[in-house]
Amino acid sequence: MTLLDLANPSRFLSLAARLLPWLAAITVALLVVGLYLCATAPDDYQQGATVKIMFIHVPNAWLSMFVWTIMSVASLGTLVWRHPLADVAAKAAAPIGASFTFLALVTGSLWGRPMWGTYWEWDARLTSVLILFLMYLGLIALWRAVEDPSRAARAAAVLTLVGAINIPIIKFSVDWWNTLHQPASVMRIGGSTLDRAFLIPLLAMAVAFSLLFVTLHVAAMRNEILRRRVRSLQMQQARGYASEVPAGNAPSQIAGAAS
Amino acid sequence: MIDLGPYASFIATSYFAVALVVGLLIGWIALDYRAQKARLRTLEQSGIGRRSGRSPMDIP
Repeated sequence: MTLLDLANPSRFLSLAARLLPWLAAITVALLVVGLYLCATAPDDYQQGATVKIMFIHVPNAWLSMFVWTIMSVASLGTLVWRHPLADVAAKAAAPIGASFTFLALVTGSLWGRPMWGTYWEWDARLTSVLILFLMYLGLIALWRAVEDPSRAARAAAVLTLVGAINIPIIKFSVDWWNTLHQPASVMRIGGSTLDRAFLIPLLAMAVAFSLLFVTLHVAAMRNEILRRRVRSLQMQQARGYASEVPAGNAPSQIAGAAS
Repeated sequence: MIDLGPYASFIATSYFAVALVVGLLIGWIALDYRAQKARLRTLEQSGIGRRSGRSPMDIP
């Protein structure tokens, strides 16, 4: 099956129906393994047991950026290739990305209070992630505000691509500015500085959360396709009703006569 | 029982927050799926069909 075949929403629904049970089962299994590794990981010599917050904070933070990147690629699909599922993919990903970003902020604050002595600091990393969260909310609001999906799709695609400039700013903020947030310790030139005792649970949770995103995204895309099918049928129903009503009894005239 | 040290409440709250938000997300997606299927069923019962001739409820 090629990408072109998946452009057909019915084919996508068929594939999603076959994939979702497997994706859900593998995600649950990986989450169980990841949580076991988190529970049995040793305490850090500086952070103590609060290192366990990192095992959920870091995957959420990675996914907050990854989801926007996926949405940016989908937005290119909407604007350049006009792929029928591109806007569906972007719209379905936004609430999931917003949730991961919210969780990155919350878990980061809960780690920061005992380790830094504060829940929040207006440093470059924290502020740029907060901006990302607000951009997710703005994008969701835009999709809800514009009724016509094709018009909303183009506006949202432009906004998503403009917002993509924030992704490298988030990633490199800890290198470009003097921040309270520590620099990259896993994805860095020269390899990870983390000990294997922490790296393995962290990567296990990162894979589990990535699969959780894929599962939720496929399910949310299926819902969005059905929502558009409902809208299309409702419009067809309204057109059919309008053609059946005699000209003198059009709803606007009836409403005008009643007032 | 795992000893989470003096900051156990911060760790427990973090994991609880993640479980809650992920649970809400899963619940919202599941309820949305049921709602869309119910709307399609209502449209089918009112005699509205797709241009392809297939049933609106033709969900694999």
